[in-house]
Amino acid sequence: MARQEKRTKFITQDILKSSLIGAFQKLDPRYMVKNPVMFVVEVGFAVALLLTIAPTLFGDESSLRIYNGIVAFILFVTVLFANFAESVAEGRGKAQAETLKKTKKDTMATLLAKDGTEKVIHASELKKGDVVIVRTGEMIPNDGEVIEGIASVDESAITGESAPVTREAGGDFSSVTGGTTVVSDWLKVRITSEPGQSFLDRMISLVEGASRQKTPNEIALGILLISLTIIFMIVVVTLYFFAGYSGAKIPIATMIALLVCLIPTTIGGLLSAIGIAGMDRVTRFNVIAMSGKAVEACGDVDTMILDKTGTITYGNRLAADFRPVEGKSKEDLIDYSVMTSLCDTTPEGKSVVELGRTLGTRIGDGAKDQMEFVEFTAQTKMSGVNLADGTQVRKGASEAIQEYVRAKGGQIPKDLNGIVSEISTLGGTPLVVCVEGKIYGVIYLKDTVKPGLRERFERLREIGIKTIMCTGDNPLTAATIAKEAGVDGFIAECKPEDKITEIQKEQAEGKIVAMTGDGTNDAPALAQADVGLAMNSGTTAAKEAANMVDLDSDPTKILEVVEIGKQLLITRGSLTTFSIANDVAKYFAIIPAMFTMVIPQMEILNIMHLSTPFSAILSALIFNAVIIPCLIPIAMRGVKYKPMRSEKMLIKNIGIYGLGGIIVPFIGIKLIDLIVTPFLAMIGL
Amino acid sequence: MAQIIVTLALYLVLVIPMGTYLYHIAAGEKTFADPVFNRVDNAIYKVCRITREGMNWKQYTLHLLMTNAVMVGVGYLVLRLQSVLLANPNQIEGMEPTLSFNTIISFMTNTNLQHYSGESGLSYLSQMLVIIFMMFTSAATGYAACMAFCRGLAGKRKDVGNFYEDVVRIVTRVLVPISIIGGLLLIWQGVPETFQANQTIETIEGKLQDLAMGPVAALEIIKHLGTNGGGFFGANSTTPFENPTIITNLIELYSMMILPGACVIVFGKMTRKRKKEEGRQKRCIFGNQGRTIFAAMSILFLVGLTLCFFSESAGNPVMEAAGVSQSMGSMEGKEVRFGVAQSALFTTTTTSFTTGTVNNMHDTLTPLGGMVPLLHMMLNCVFGGKGVGLMNMIMYVILAVFLCGLMIGRTPEYLGKKIEGKEMKLVALVLIIHPLLILGFSALAVATSGGLAGITNEGFHGLTQVLYEFASSAANNGSGFEGLADNTYFWNITTGLAMFFGRYVAIVAQLAIAGSLLAKKRVNETVGTLRTDNTIFVIILVAVVYIFAALTFFPALALGPIAEHLTLWMS
Repeated sequence: MARQEKRTKFITQDILKSSLIGAFQKLDPRYMVKNPVMFVVEVGFAVALLLTIAPTLFGDESSLRIYNGIVAFILFVTVLFANFAESVAEGRGKAQAETLKKTKKDTMATLLAKDGTEKVIHASELKKGDVVIVRTGEMIPNDGEVIEGIASVDESAITGESAPVTREAGGDFSSVTGGTTVVSDWLKVRITSEPGQSFLDRMISLVEGASRQKTPNEIALGILLISLTIIFMIVVVTLYFFAGYSGAKIPIATMIALLVCLIPTTIGGLLSAIGIAGMDRVTRFNVIAMSGKAVEACGDVDTMILDKTGTITYGNRLAADFRPVEGKSKEDLIDYSVMTSLCDTTPEGKSVVELGRTLGTRIGDGAKDQMEFVEFTAQTKMSGVNLADGTQVRKGASEAIQEYVRAKGGQIPKDLNGIVSEISTLGGTPLVVCVEGKIYGVIYLKDTVKPGLRERFERLREIGIKTIMCTGDNPLTAATIAKEAGVDGFIAECKPEDKITEIQKEQAEGKIVAMTGDGTNDAPALAQADVGLAMNSGTTAAKEAANMVDLDSDPTKILEVVEIGKQLLITRGSLTTFSIANDVAKYFAIIPAMFTMVIPQMEILNIMHLSTPFSAILSALIFNAVIIPCLIPIAMRGVKYKPMRSEKMLIKNIGIYGLGGIIVPFIGIKLIDLIVTPFLAMIGL
Repeated sequence: MAQIIVTLALYLVLVIPMGTYLYHIAAGEKTFADPVFNRVDNAIYKVCRITREGMNWKQYTLHLLMTNAVMVGVGYLVLRLQSVLLANPNQIEGMEPTLSFNTIISFMTNTNLQHYSGESGLSYLSQMLVIIFMMFTSAATGYAACMAFCRGLAGKRKDVGNFYEDVVRIVTRVLVPISIIGGLLLIWQGVPETFQANQTIETIEGKLQDLAMGPVAALEIIKHLGTNGGGFFGANSTTPFENPTIITNLIELYSMMILPGACVIVFGKMTRKRKKEEGRQKRCIFGNQGRTIFAAMSILFLVGLTLCFFSESAGNPVMEAAGVSQSMGSMEGKEVRFGVAQSALFTTTTTSFTTGTVNNMHDTLTPLGGMVPLLHMMLNCVFGGKGVGLMNMIMYVILAVFLCGLMIGRTPEYLGKKIEGKEMKLVALVLIIHPLLILGFSALAVATSGGLAGITNEGFHGLTQVLYEFASSAANNGSGFEGLADNTYFWNITTGLAMFFGRYVAIVAQLAIAGSLLAKKRVNETVGTLRTDNTIFVIILVAVVYIFAALTFFPALALGPIAEHLTLWMS
């Protein structure tokens, strides 16, 4: 079940090109001011640039022109790098949106007036409530509800699934999406959304990041970053006066360099990229999140309410075992069971053959030609084959087979009813197999849990997420499946209202609840849940109520989406910690460099032995700039996430990004110093 | 070294019962002394018409501020008019306006920064009605705010308590009784308590000397118990009349340490998990959350103390070169009866617990030894005074929780409440105001002639003096580095403002955080939740405090004490 995220190269030629352009476009101060940390850098750049042109403007010496120029250049590059990161993240979303946009060509629609006359108009002129008729080969002009007709619809444009699906009036399959094509028959559709507001339109804008709003956590983190920026501005401005008091004349460009090094530019430059990339990872997964908030909420999920059918089990009853009656061998039972099912194309039939093969049946595929298939009918309640010699082999419901055997004058084995009722109590379906008048045994069909789920639930439990299974089955059947799947709880004989009650109960305990659903009757529960993942195959109501839609209609995906949500938060926290931890080393580079002129003993704090004050300051500043593009891949892909206990995860991430954040810049700055020193010596700094 | 360890071990023994007692008072639970105090309190409630209804955080804050404002008004008048009022045997003049402003803010904010000298600047009435009175009420205000804050975080009731009830209970059940006992102990050791005028005596050299006296013992005990720190005399607890023996030194030390430590225990007990209370009440000393904070504060305290002690023990190389033996450590400005160990302990304690009393001259500490008290006032969360330190520490906890919570993939939460934009804004305000006041005013001082005029030492030490004065004001500590000529318009007004904003902006913001968290829905706790009660979190918390403080104050410290240390030892 472990689904691999579609691995694409995280940056393509096209994205690189558009991102470079985007990086320059974003230099507009009106745009930059939305990111206060980087705005400060841009202002610093402007001042440094001014000082390059007129070095003595604020009383500095004129010999500093080149130095000021270098500082200005590095600051400019720093801003560009941050803008570039954001553009790359957006670019990846845009590429996705392009694909969607291709479907949104200008379609024509056949409007059906009240008097029954038809009129062809542009799809963009359709209003909510209009009724259109869509025939074979035509594209459905906008989202709507089928009010008449039944048709196959190709939804591959949205879901990527090539097999057409059936849409009909009434029930759970009545909603159609604009941009999909009718491939057979016709539909009468009532339009349910205004032009430009359709599901497809919203998806495009979501994927593009156009309607991106900051999430609550992003806002809180933003406040932290701004307050750090304010604190460091206080530090740097006051330091200017303290230095003046101590007799040290510090160039303005150095003060700017110190400020830019201290304020959290690394995370400030990457923050929005991390958010966009998080949404993008969800999108790549073919899940459309209606807001970043929904993805974020995923990280906090405490309880997941999962439907049994489709999510935990395949939904089809599959052969699990063969139980011979007394006096008959298991091998014979398997052979006859396989025989009855060779031509049976139902999932049950296929599963019998498959299981038989695994258990080593002697019947090959060639046997098919020598027998005549008897299909299942509602009257006979059995199916089977007539062999070439006329022998009738049948499998079917227990009562039907018993009647059939009695009619043939056969005996009913004494232990048959015992086996049948045992299977029934376990929640399985017994299929009795007989050859002419002799009963051989029972095929045990049961709901099969998807492989790998047990381990995943185990992992979820480790990170504190409780799973609850909802099913319409009786309590006994539910308990069997629940035990097999390893869920923490189950609701048997569950009605849609029960789901809401359960969600409310969990929420009252302060838990964040996630659920999946598709039917209209799931809509209230999807709306009530903190994270609601609707299936694209579901009704419009369900999709409206949910905050995420899965285009592949695979409910198991909620598990991955939760992990992506966590990964998003971890990436944000780790890079913030890294950014703040970096400051320690920068201090050790810059403070001695600033003051060794007046206080020679300060040299002892120059523990990296940076060659000159100029090279020390510039090395720190260059490190501060280049670390941003270095971290873009982490921001895009997210920090590696493996479910583990919270303490273990904390120690791991603190170790990598906290301690690492302290150590890495010491090495980085020293290396840069070694590289830039000869160049600086050449230009006389 | 050994005496420091014994002293601190004994502190641990004392603080635990005190914490339990304080918790019972804050939570309104039964104590052994109820039969007496209930009557006293009920009488007070009746006379003052205190209804004892629960308040929300806004009401609580408003009542706190208004009460403080009234006291400031009355106190200001007394100081200005002391020359014509009662109990003025030494014929003290009325106080000058800016000095009165500074003094009244200083005592109302529990800072006790003194730009006057008690023996020559205050009448006995002023000492009692303004100084001693405010030492009780400002401490009670701080503790009340802390209790309200803890209630908000614990979230067990709908309101944060009643301000007046808190103040009354703290004064009658803690401050007054302990002050009486402690005061009597001090009198027994020789601290004067009298209304007689100053005595003039003939010394053995045959010269005349004025001996300043007054109701010293009464002030002395509440000065420490309420972590106030303003001495009766200018030289504070270095003088034999305030702190005559090693026993009084210990009494003073313990009385300033006991309540801030006890506050952490109260916090721990209040925020204990609800489930345990439903069943059989398990005995707990600290409570999980309290233990973390107590441990983190202790680590910060011990690191500072160690640095201070070893720095003082190492002595001063310049003095050594001049032929003065440094074998006992740097004894310049220290009392012989206390020595390096008790002086280092007292210095670290008075600034960590933001009392501000001194038993040695901080100006003459070695550069690094002097940096420790400075740093601890900049941190302002190493136990801290009157519960405010606890509230400041919680700000760092929220910061740590914010970063760590994200790193385990959950939106941050503390004590079952989500930390969101609103809380971060308030935390940011508290974290910004402190460096803004210290660094901002210090920069103003070194850039203006009014400020520069007060600096008596040139160079790095002068900068340290300035930083110390404003750190002491903003942290509401009140200890003086001394050596600063600070009774001028510039210093009176700037430090007055620093004290005012340092105290009230922080308290209002912190109560707002408590109110905001109280109103939030409690979120569920699972194994996936960030645990804030284990060793890892203690380490992270200490690191967060140090890194944030280092990032904020390192440049200033580098130009002050660090530069001084380097030039002293490396030239």
